[in-house]
Order: sequence, then structure tokens, then C-alpha cells
Amino acid sequence: MQTIIEIKNLRKIYKDNKVALDDVNLNIFKGEIIALLGPNGAGKTTLISNICGISSITSGDIKVNGFDVVDNYREARKCIGIVPQELSFEPFEKVINTVNFSRQLFGKKPDGKYIENLLKKLSLWDKKDQIIRSLSGGMKRRVLIAKALSHEPDVLFLDEPTAGVDVELRKDMWNTIKNLQNSGVTIILTTHYIEEAELMANRIAVINNGKILLIDKKDNLIDRMSKKTLIIHTNSKINKIDKALGKFKLRISNDKKNLEYDYSPNKKKTGITTLLNEIKKTGIELIDVQTKQSNLEQIFVEILKND
Amino acid sequence: MINFRSIKAIYIFEMSRTFRTLIQSLISPILSTVLYFIVFGTAIGNNINFTNEIPYGAFIVPGLVILTISMQSVNNASFGIFFPKFLGTTYEILSAPISYVEIVIGYVGASATKSFCLGLLILMTSTFFVDLDIKFPILMLCMLLLSCVSFSLLGFIIGIVSDNFEQINFVPMIIITPLVFLGGSFYTIDVLPDFWQTITLFNPIFYLVSGFRYSFFGTGEVNIIISIFSISLFILLCILIIWRIFKTGYKIKT
Ligand SMILES: Nc1ncnc2c1ncn2[C@@H]1O[C@H](COP(=O)(O)OP(=O)(O)OP(=O)(O)O)[C@@H](O)[C@H]1O
Ligand SMILES: [Mg+2]
Repeated sequence: MQTIIEIKNLRKIYKDNKVALDDVNLNIFKGEIIALLGPNGAGKTTLISNICGISSITSGDIKVNGFDVVDNYREARKCIGIVPQELSFEPFEKVINTVNFSRQLFGKKPDGKYIENLLKKLSLWDKKDQIIRSLSGGMKRRVLIAKALSHEPDVLFLDEPTAGVDVELRKDMWNTIKNLQNSGVTIILTTHYIEEAELMANRIAVINNGKILLIDKKDNLIDRMSKKTLIIHTNSKINKIDKALGKFKLRISNDKKNLEYDYSPNKKKTGITTLLNEIKKTGIELIDVQTKQSNLEQIFVEILKND
Repeated sequence: MINFRSIKAIYIFEMSRTFRTLIQSLISPILSTVLYFIVFGTAIGNNINFTNEIPYGAFIVPGLVILTISMQSVNNASFGIFFPKFLGTTYEILSAPISYVEIVIGYVGASATKSFCLGLLILMTSTFFVDLDIKFPILMLCMLLLSCVSFSLLGFIIGIVSDNFEQINFVPMIIITPLVFLGGSFYTIDVLPDFWQTITLFNPIFYLVSGFRYSFFGTGEVNIIISIFSISLFILLCILIIWRIFKTGYKIKT
């Protein structure tokens, strides 16, 4: 996989000595959707701002398409489009003018055809002559997306694209983002919603207190997420696990009364039947069995708690 | 390598913002100029004569133009950059593949263009009241341009440094207006007591007005070279401050 953004030992300390990013290392691959998941104040926006040149880097290196964002900012920034978290726009400007402005600001020749297609794709074409102020919130965000895409960037940053957007529009936005990925754009989005990260992203990075706590393919995370634990209650105290049960990698609970067994319910063979048979053979008496499931939400909470 | 397309984008965007409010942006400065002519030039001026050859009405034209374009340049440029800050749209400018120099050329260029046109309009207006015979027209245009650029640079600085609308209005009201009024726009400084004459020599606008007046009548209170030198110095100072602001990201980048 080709790396499109390479972040090395990035630190950001704001003027008030607030450490917003603490030694962040991250590679983003071409064509993927990566979700930055984290609570308020985690450093998501700061990370994006540092990559895009909106806030200055305290130390570390960022390369976009191989270009350093400080030393070679012109080349690096040409590849980037950004949609900010806050809806910021010139209220009295017409949609079409503001989008054309963005394209030329990024040094691209005017291209009416491209802009027309872009606006059509974002269902903005019939609103092109309206002033931005007169649009609804969801449409305003689309205008910002159109501005960000006006110069045909390789990478698109979406800072909380679905914050404050209703269910219908959110689904719409997800579709739009997926379509953008299909057209070859690499997408970095931030979100508070696990569900959104799960639905949209190829990879998920969990960020808190300026550190990336975990980054993995979504499928791996879901695998982890879909792990179940079988809890076997017995009526005797268990001090040692019988050798015959060794292959099951059982755990003994803290009160020594239960055995715990991890398995994946998605697999054809969960091993539960054999396990219960083997336990019966050892003579342990069972009182009850119970299963426990952890989901991404729990993993997330767990990670944040341990941080 | 200069990215002309980006400069042009900013320039055009800024200019079109003016065209949306063209009438307002022209009427008020022109109206106040007319008022100045009526009050100073006609009502009071008939009783004043500083210079033997130049009628008072004509004498105040350069000062009036400086008065208006200094205020307008500072206003244009400071609001031009303050609005994006206020609206939060600076993110786009900062993330664009353009250098600081290009940003400044775009914004300051647009602001200076607007006040340059306004300056010409005011000159035309003044011909309705006085007989103007401009001695060095090319020099006059150059001086006008330099003034527009220098005050636009100053306005740009004010716009970046200001945190709210009050601060933006503060500097022009408290500093520039008094400097223009006390800089010999409406009188020659030899009518002042010695002490105030010396004070005036520290007023940069005095050199500007004097130089500008020289281009009209061929006489100024200080040598034209000194005038041009002081304006250049002022422009250089502004550029240095802006360079410093961008270098440190002060009030622009977090
Ligand atoms: N301009 C600034 N000056 C000082 N501190 C800042 C500034 N911007 C952000 N911070 C601080 O840096 C930390 C990270 O902020 P950031 O905006 O990156 O978080 P976030 O993950 O985007 O949060 P949210 O989900 O609320 O948008 C926070 O503690 C915030 O208070
Ligand atoms: Mg944020």
C-alpha cells in the first residue's frame, strides 16, 4: 500500500503550554478512509490543522505525497482539501463564486465543466446562484466540501462532517463520502460516533489526550469487538487448571470460582461443546454458564480508561 | 516563482466584495469631501491666504485627498483581512499553496486599488469647486499610489492584530485622523508656534502631504526627495512588521 501522508514524532504545544499532540506517528495510505475517533479535546482538529498549515508544528515532520508540509508547502498543500469543523463561509457570496474562488486560490485554471460536475454530484447545482447564507446547514457543509474538492485534491480532510446533521442527511453524507473514495480520493474524517467510524472507515485510529492509542483495520477491530467470553460458574474453588483443559487457554476468575473462555461466535467451530465435555470429564461441577460480549464502544471506553 | 493565479483570486474576490456595496463605499467619502470644500474652501477659505499664489481652496485639495484615502485604505485593508478572521474563513487561505507575500499582495493590492480609484474620484469632484492645475501629474499619481499602498499595509497590520471591531476603528480614529489634521493638510506649518512646528516634523503624514502638494503646485514644505524617502521608509517599516507577523504566525496561526 502506498503511503500518502507520513507523520513522524509530531508534537504540538499551544501558546498556553497546552500539549495538544504528543509524539504522534501515523501513516495514511492512498485511497483509504481513515477515521480519527476521540472525545472532545483529544487533538483531532489540531492534527488536521498541523497537516494543512492552519496551525504551526511545534516539532516533528509531516509529508504529503512525499512533500514536507513546511519546507515544500506549495506542493504538499496542492494535494489537500479541507472541510473545517465549524461552518465558516462568506455569507453573502454566491455558491458558484465561492467554489470558483477556491479553485483559483489553489492555483488551478478555471474549469467550468469540472465545477459543474462537482456541484451536480453534491446536489448543489440548482443552488449555484444562491448566496450561501440562504442555504440550510447541511447544504452549507456541502458547499464547504465543494470548495475543498474544487482543486481536485488527492486527500480530503473532513472534520466532523456529520456533526449536527439529521439522520437522513447523515446517510446522504456517508454515501457522498463513499463515492468520493471510489473516485480515488483519500479521506481522513474525524468523528465522535463509533457507529460512523465503523460504517465508513477502512481503518480507525483512536486518539485521546494528543496520543494515538490504537490504530487498526476496522475488520480487526470488529474481530476484537465480536469476541465473546464464556463464563463457566462452578461450585468448587479452582486453583489450577487441569492439564487436559490446557489447549483451551482458560482463565480463572479472581474469586477462583469461574472459568473464562474466549471464542469468536463468527467461526464455524467455537469449541464450546468440546470444552464442556472436557470439563465434565475432569469432574468439575457446573452451576451456570454465561456469555459476555465486548463491542467497539467497550473497547473504546476501556482504552480511554486505561490511558 | 510567484503564484499569480492565487493572487488574482484573492484580488478579484476582494474587489467584487466592494462592487456589491459600491454606492455606499463611494458616496460617503465623496460627500464628506464636498462638505470640506464648502466649509473650508469656500466659507472659511476666502478669508485665509497662506501662500501668495495658491488659492486656499486649491491648497487644501492634496490634504483632503490624503485625509480620505488614508482612512479608506486603512478601513479597506483592515476589514479585508479581519472579516475572514471573524468568519473563520482564514483556514482556506492558510491551507492554500500560497506564500505570505502573495497573500499580502492580494489583500493590500485590492485595498490600494480601491482607494486609488477613490482618490481620483475625489480629485475629479474637487474640480467642481476649484481650478486645479496639476504641475507634475505623473509624480502626483505615483505619490497617490504610494500613499494608498502604505496606508493599506498599515490597515492590513491593524486587521490582523485586532481582536474585535472596536479595535479596528480605534487606530484610525485615535491616531490617523489627528495625524492627518495636524500634518499640515489644511495649513502650512509656519503658521504654528515653534514648538508645534518641531512636533510636526515627527509626523510622517506631514511629509506625505508636503510631497503630494509638491506634485500639484511645485512647492512643498520639505524637499520632495525627503518626502519620497519618508514614505518609502514607512512602507518598509510596515512590510517588516507584516513579515514578522507571518514569520511568527502572530494572531494568524495558532
Ligand atoms: N488555539 C488554541 N489555543 C490553545 N489551546 C487549544 C487551541 N486549540 C485547541 N486547543 C486545545 O488543544 C486540545 C485539542 O483540541 P482539538 O480542537 O484538537 O480537539 P478535538 O479532538 O478536535 O476536539 P473536538 O472533538 O471537540 O473537536 C484541547 O485541549 C483544546 O483545548
Ligand atoms: Mg475538533
